[in-house]
Amino acid sequence: MAITLTEAAASHIAKFLKNRGKGAGLRLGVKTSGCSGMAYLLEFADQIEAEDSVFEDHGIKVIIDPKSLVYLDGTELDFVKEGLNEGFKFNNPNVKGQCGCGESFQV
Amino acid sequence: MALLQIAEPGQFAAPHQHKLAAGIDLGTTNSLVASVLSGMAVTLPDAAGRHLLPSVVRYAAEGVVVGDEAKLAAVEDPLNTVQSVKRLMGRGLADLKTLGSTLPYDIAYREVGEGREPGAVSLDGSGAVPRIRTRSGEVTPVEVSAEILKTLARRAEQSLGGELTGVVITVPAYFDDAQRQATKDAARLAGLNVFRLLNEPTAAAVAYGLDQRAEGVHAVYDLGGGTFDISILRLHRGVFEVMSTGGDSALGGDDFDRALAQWIMAQAGLGEDLDPVMQLRLTRLATGIKEQLSSVESAEIHLELPNGGRWQGSIDRETFNGLIDPLIAKTLAACRRALRDAGVTAEEIEDVVMVGGSTRVPRVRERVKELFRAEPRVDVDPDRVVAIGAAIQADVLAGNKPDEEMLLLDVISLSLGMETMGGLVERIVPRNTTIPVARAQEFTTFKDGQTALALHVVQGERDLVSDCRSLARFELRGIPPMVAGAARIRVTFEVDADGLLNVTALEETSGVKAGVVVKPSYGLSDSEVERMLRDSIAHAEDDMAARRLREEQVEAERVTEALRAALAQDGDQLLDAGERAGIEQALKHLVETAASQNHLSIKRAREALEKVCEPYVERRMNTSVRQAMAGHKLDEFES
Repeated sequence: MAITLTEAAASHIAKFLKNRGKGAGLRLGVKTSGCSGMAYLLEFADQIEAEDSVFEDHGIKVIIDPKSLVYLDGTELDFVKEGLNEGFKFNNPNVKGQCGCGESFQV
Repeated sequence: MALLQIAEPGQFAAPHQHKLAAGIDLGTTNSLVASVLSGMAVTLPDAAGRHLLPSVVRYAAEGVVVGDEAKLAAVEDPLNTVQSVKRLMGRGLADLKTLGSTLPYDIAYREVGEGREPGAVSLDGSGAVPRIRTRSGEVTPVEVSAEILKTLARRAEQSLGGELTGVVITVPAYFDDAQRQATKDAARLAGLNVFRLLNEPTAAAVAYGLDQRAEGVHAVYDLGGGTFDISILRLHRGVFEVMSTGGDSALGGDDFDRALAQWIMAQAGLGEDLDPVMQLRLTRLATGIKEQLSSVESAEIHLELPNGGRWQGSIDRETFNGLIDPLIAKTLAACRRALRDAGVTAEEIEDVVMVGGSTRVPRVRERVKELFRAEPRVDVDPDRVVAIGAAIQADVLAGNKPDEEMLLLDVISLSLGMETMGGLVERIVPRNTTIPVARAQEFTTFKDGQTALALHVVQGERDLVSDCRSLARFELRGIPPMVAGAARIRVTFEVDADGLLNVTALEETSGVKAGVVVKPSYGLSDSEVERMLRDSIAHAEDDMAARRLREEQVEAERVTEALRAALAQDGDQLLDAGERAGIEQALKHLVETAASQNHLSIKRAREALEKVCEPYVERRMNTSVRQAMAGHKLDEFES
């Protein structure tokens, strides 16, 4: 079981964490909402709960709760630029279908 | 695939519900848009990687063009290319006529009756909005600004991948109600939801996170290309307050360039009568040398002369400093005035935030440091710091930071008041009061049976209405007839967070009500504000004398009025001929004296009249008591 970060994602996360001045790492998760089943969650993490799984990649702690992990296992988090828009993108092998916008997905 | 940003814990929005917000620095020369991405406020570039958008709008044959492309066309198509429109925002035709000669546009001088809120009044025809004739028809400054805002908003929406829920737009701290309202109108026209307008210095302080600190007093030194602004801010219990502002609307980095260009001309032996091309070349050269001297100690100057020859020289930083020192000294004088207005000393200033490209000049930093005895804050790009602060505030207002309670307060720059009898000003909201604010005061009627009251809202520091700036007039009608002084009229002044003034008058016994929202009358520049403040100090004694005189005159008039009414009612019954003649004579003397300019003699005449009238007043009192008691038993009065 693993979650990985691309080089670009890691360097941006490191920059954002440094700018924020605090935080244990990055929390990834899924929520059961959205237009097509599940929705991703991407937040700064201030604390790590006992049941969380923690992966470390490029020196960044990626924190995931156990329920989300089954949907995200094997995911690579990337940072990409599309036109003027730039941001994080989940490359999730578990996804069978997603809504047009990609903010929610089905497994 | 939508791209995601990292949110604060617990704040990640459901799909399609991201609360996207942006901060916009709508500048005179350049504008910027910024947003908070993954917790970091950054300015957003366009597709070509340019962050600054020149605030230039061109009405081209093929459509509206905004930014660098419009700026390039300014020379060939000046009439259809609008620059520096911020200077016209919220200004009336009256102001424009004074700026007129410097404006290259074809201005349509005619009254425009735009659909404003009912009750709004503007005086002097100043509500007429200037219109610029372009090939796309006549456009107002609000419409031109809306084009700039639209361009920035489109850029933000493309960068953030969604629609903006709202924006924060920055305005100079000295912007008056009309200028702020015009800015809001422009945003509405651009289809934007304005969370609020934010003062530029406050935004700069927010960008440095000064709002996260403990209490303290800070200064924001903003030296741009053509303007200088100084603001003193105080953080108190987590609340930002602008204590004072000052500056010079015609002083900036361009003046540094001009001083340097003149020095080069003198050194190169050039006369004053240069052709425009040479003039432009010289200015560009000076700008380049100035920028070089920010990083190196001396710079070489190579100049092609009009006669085809060349001139070569060099300048060191010390010489350059000598050229710009008098200009910097002017900014420091304004800083000292602002400190005095705020009632603080330079030592009390904790942080000095530098804003504007000209604060990159090392000598400026040195001198500012000397004055405030503190190392100026320069680590955020001075060209972007205002937009960044606005973005941080927009992010909070969009609800992306629930625990934050950032409430930014501002102050009004000039006192607001009402005209009272005798052309005197009753100050209701003193200057430098933090806004939003609501203040109420009671007024009454002056004459018996008065059923209407004219209210005149003025702005300024002087005691006489004629020396203040008129903002609005309205009337309260339908007051039930009562004796003078019996009506209770509550006048409330409300200034909202954006500095817009709402005045209402309520007659409390009857509930009749009237009000006005002050809408675009003509604008007010910071130099005018400064002049009005200076005048109020210079004329403090005159004002006091004038007030004393007017007060005595009003009092004399009130007494005359009341006495005449009384004499008409019962003068014949209660007075014998001799007494009546005595009173009439004293009354005549008072009326004559009241027209004089001596407040003491008016006072004496009034007192003399009151003395003569004493027996009469006593008799009237007894009569009215008798009348009131007639037909009643004594025990009815005992409880």
